[in-house]
Amino acid sequence: MTLELRNVTKTVGADTHIHPTSLAFEKGGFNILLGATNAGKSTLIKLMAGLEKPTTGEVWADGQNVTGTSPQKRGIALVHQFFINYPHMTVFENIASPLRVQGLGRSEIETRVREAADVLQLGPMLDRRPQELSGGQQQRCALARAIVKQSKAIFLDEPLANLDYKLREELREQLPDILGERGTVIVYATSEPTEALLLGGHTALVHEGRITQFGRTPEIYHLPGDLTSARVFSDPPINLAPVTKRGEEMWMDETINWPVFGEAAALADGPYTVAIRPHHVTPTEPNDVSIAIRGPVQITELSGSESVAHFRIGGQTWVSLAPGVHPYRVGDYHEFHMIPGQCFYFGADGTLAAKGRAHG
Amino acid sequence: MAEIGLKNLRHSYLPSPAGPDDFALKEINLSWDDGGAYALLGPSGCGKTTLLNIISGLLTPSEGHILFDGQDVTALPPDKRNIAQVFQFPVIYDTMTVYDNLAFPLRNRGVAADRVDARVSEIAAMLELDDSLTTRAANLTPDAKQKISMGRGLVRDDVNVIMFDEPLTVIDPELKWKLRSKLKELHQKIAVTMIYVTHDQTEALTFADQVVVMQDGEIVQIGSPVELFERPQHTFVGHFIGSPGMNILPCEVTGDGAWFHGCHVPLEGPVKGTGQRTEIGVRPEFVRLADGGIPGLVRKAADIGRHTVVEVMVGDTPVGAIVDGPAPERGAEVHLTFDPHQTRLYTDGWIATERAAP
Amino acid sequence: MKTENQRGWLFVLPVLILVAFNALIPLMTVVNYSVQETFGNNQFFWAGLRWFEEILRSERFHAALGRQLLFTFTILIIEVPLGVAIALAMPRRGFWVPVCLVLMALPMLIPWNVVGSMWNIFTLPQIGLLGYFLNDVLGINYDMTQQPVSAWITVIVMDVWHWTSLVVLLAYAGLVSIPEAYYQAAKIDGASNWSVFRYIQLPKMKRVLTIAILLRFMDSFNIYTEPFTLTGGGPGNSTTLLSIDLVKIALGQFDLGPAAAMSLIYFAITLAVSWLFYTLMTRDDQ
Repeated sequence: MTLELRNVTKTVGADTHIHPTSLAFEKGGFNILLGATNAGKSTLIKLMAGLEKPTTGEVWADGQNVTGTSPQKRGIALVHQFFINYPHMTVFENIASPLRVQGLGRSEIETRVREAADVLQLGPMLDRRPQELSGGQQQRCALARAIVKQSKAIFLDEPLANLDYKLREELREQLPDILGERGTVIVYATSEPTEALLLGGHTALVHEGRITQFGRTPEIYHLPGDLTSARVFSDPPINLAPVTKRGEEMWMDETINWPVFGEAAALADGPYTVAIRPHHVTPTEPNDVSIAIRGPVQITELSGSESVAHFRIGGQTWVSLAPGVHPYRVGDYHEFHMIPGQCFYFGADGTLAAKGRAHG
Repeated sequence: MAEIGLKNLRHSYLPSPAGPDDFALKEINLSWDDGGAYALLGPSGCGKTTLLNIISGLLTPSEGHILFDGQDVTALPPDKRNIAQVFQFPVIYDTMTVYDNLAFPLRNRGVAADRVDARVSEIAAMLELDDSLTTRAANLTPDAKQKISMGRGLVRDDVNVIMFDEPLTVIDPELKWKLRSKLKELHQKIAVTMIYVTHDQTEALTFADQVVVMQDGEIVQIGSPVELFERPQHTFVGHFIGSPGMNILPCEVTGDGAWFHGCHVPLEGPVKGTGQRTEIGVRPEFVRLADGGIPGLVRKAADIGRHTVVEVMVGDTPVGAIVDGPAPERGAEVHLTFDPHQTRLYTDGWIATERAAP
Repeated sequence: MKTENQRGWLFVLPVLILVAFNALIPLMTVVNYSVQETFGNNQFFWAGLRWFEEILRSERFHAALGRQLLFTFTILIIEVPLGVAIALAMPRRGFWVPVCLVLMALPMLIPWNVVGSMWNIFTLPQIGLLGYFLNDVLGINYDMTQQPVSAWITVIVMDVWHWTSLVVLLAYAGLVSIPEAYYQAAKIDGASNWSVFRYIQLPKMKRVLTIAILLRFMDSFNIYTEPFTLTGGGPGNSTTLLSIDLVKIALGQFDLGPAAAMSLIYFAITLAVSWLFYTLMTRDDQ
């Protein structure tokens, strides 16, 4: 099974929701659409599922053009961010509903519903109605309905967004096993970068109706193709600052400079944007080669295992994230260490010009 | 600004509660200092919102007292308690401008116009709303609306406490960071007592100086983020705080220590209590992959950027580990060691080891 | 887009046919009558805009229109605030909610001509319960068959009794959709009851109230059955509203041409006022 968008666009009135987009998803593993709210993730899902028609372009499934095919005939399942179940039916009837539509026999339905319920730990709740279940169980019920019919593609549109933090973690943990090796294409929309990393697979970064980068999830995290992609795929937000390359060195704010090597050294002199993730700006000297930078601490946050400091540097607010507890005092100038080997340099047009290296 | 005391609070939504199960809140005793940042943390239905509404006066408790600076306010309605509250979904007065929204709580209390103007301008500047003061509030984005809700809480300088009920629910992750830092910054600036209710441990730990963890209407532990993280008093806290949560591993305890799957596990210090159920608690952050130790098989490994989250099966018990550097292959045989200073024993859910003398 | 599904039109077709039968064809007939003169025998003579001019200049029409506007204006002034007040006073949750809702809906379930007859019998001076009570117990000289003022009061009270419920139910629907957090926030902000009404309840009810006022305007402007069965337009012409007058011309005098012209003018006024009102009410919605 493959699912493909070929040069698809979507405009509504004067608004362009999706700019020309081509994308191919395969079965096995998660295909993640990562982007902020209103970036176009839901629209892409609706286009692939056939709930909306592209303004131009085509949707292909398994080598067939399905652009005009209705969603009912595409053999797909959709799980929404809100827990959508039939309120007047029991959990059993809810899970069985797609099979009844297919007209399967009673015993077959019984077996398959029990199977799906087992996978989602809903066995003891089959006789209850959705409103008697907790939020997590309601979403499991919706998931069971999606997997029971063995569809060709499953679309999950921020399925965990409305769950409690801990429930979200538990269900996310189980999702790969639940959806597992079913030979279906799994498309999963989320606005949380960490969620994408935990689920792995492939990720398409969505920003203002465009796919800015697509590839294996950890790979595109470690090598963003452009500034937008770097920003979309970073939580906490990636630190940015304008820099100027002069000879063998990068200059920031005319006071801080560091030598550059490799492809960064080969860049033409001129202005660039440096980007570095918060965990590569540390309060103590790291093992890697680092540059000391100083700035007044504005806000400090402690999350138990990690300390966060927001500080001013070169006219920007930067964030440092480090394991352990660090005694920051708000207002004090504090020394941080940034690792040039972990910097990205972006050109004026926003594309990645070079990735930093520690040594020559 | 005030010191807040809760004395023997109990609340039931039923008219005549019979057993303890009928109580949404079971015997709450607390005292909070003036000007602190506090969080109430727990899963849905743990009673945290009930407690918040009791403090704000939207709900009258079945039993017990609420004290502001030692004064009993249990019988006072919300507007007499001098408090502010920000709700889960932004509450804005649609027909008013942003300015009028912010001025509303002041005008209702008959504050003079020039004072209103000064406060509104100050708060609007802090929240970066000064450009949209004349816009009608109905036309703004959700995060701007939530900022207005916050602003209405912050605008009064005489409030005893400002309460936040899951205020970031409708906000995008990237803006969440911004608004949360903004809130933290505001607390550092104006030093009013703030209480923040959430199910999100990251929000609670990053915002508060002291976190109250609740489960089933009871307080399980009160502590600083570091205390909650390092020495959870109960396995629930260990599991609930941290992502992934603490490893809670069934073990056997004999005279000479704790045994997990036949391996001896050194603990942080002497065991002081006994119980039916004994478990080792160790956070994934303090589990190392080593050459020797407890043998296991790697079930999965996720590179989440700044480190790798590994799940290792020891027999049929999954153990989580957070690893820097290269991730092991799925199915690989590995050995685990636990940092003894961070390895605790729990009996019947409660901590049973004492910290060894340094 | 060759695969575009055209079947949707098939589903709309019955509605189109129905609308044609219901509205378009009768309307065309009326337009046809309004520009011709007929003396029966299916003989028609071209009359041009003569009927329109006559109607627009006729004092009889002016008087009926005046009465109609007075009636509609009065019932709106009474029913809308009263309906909102009742909706505000109704419980928002608990045992009494369904009871109140059913009680409120009852008057609307009664057929219109029954409402008229009911109030007629109820208010007749000698035999009606209310008529007897007012005259013989309280000593108020009340006779809606003889006194125009009594007749007017009766017609208005009857309409208020019959239709305030509609405003109540719509306003109530608007009220219950307001999240609890708004009331809680207002309490904490120290808002008075009036402020809560002015800044929370009224803005949230605005849309349904617009619909309520629009419906009540159109219905009361076209009202016929109830006042006709109650007073027959009397005493004299005092309660002869536009529709009653129209029926008198069309069926009483069989002047089909003028009646058709009057219908169209009537229709145009209703449409214009409704449009104007709707535009004004929704003007500042984005």
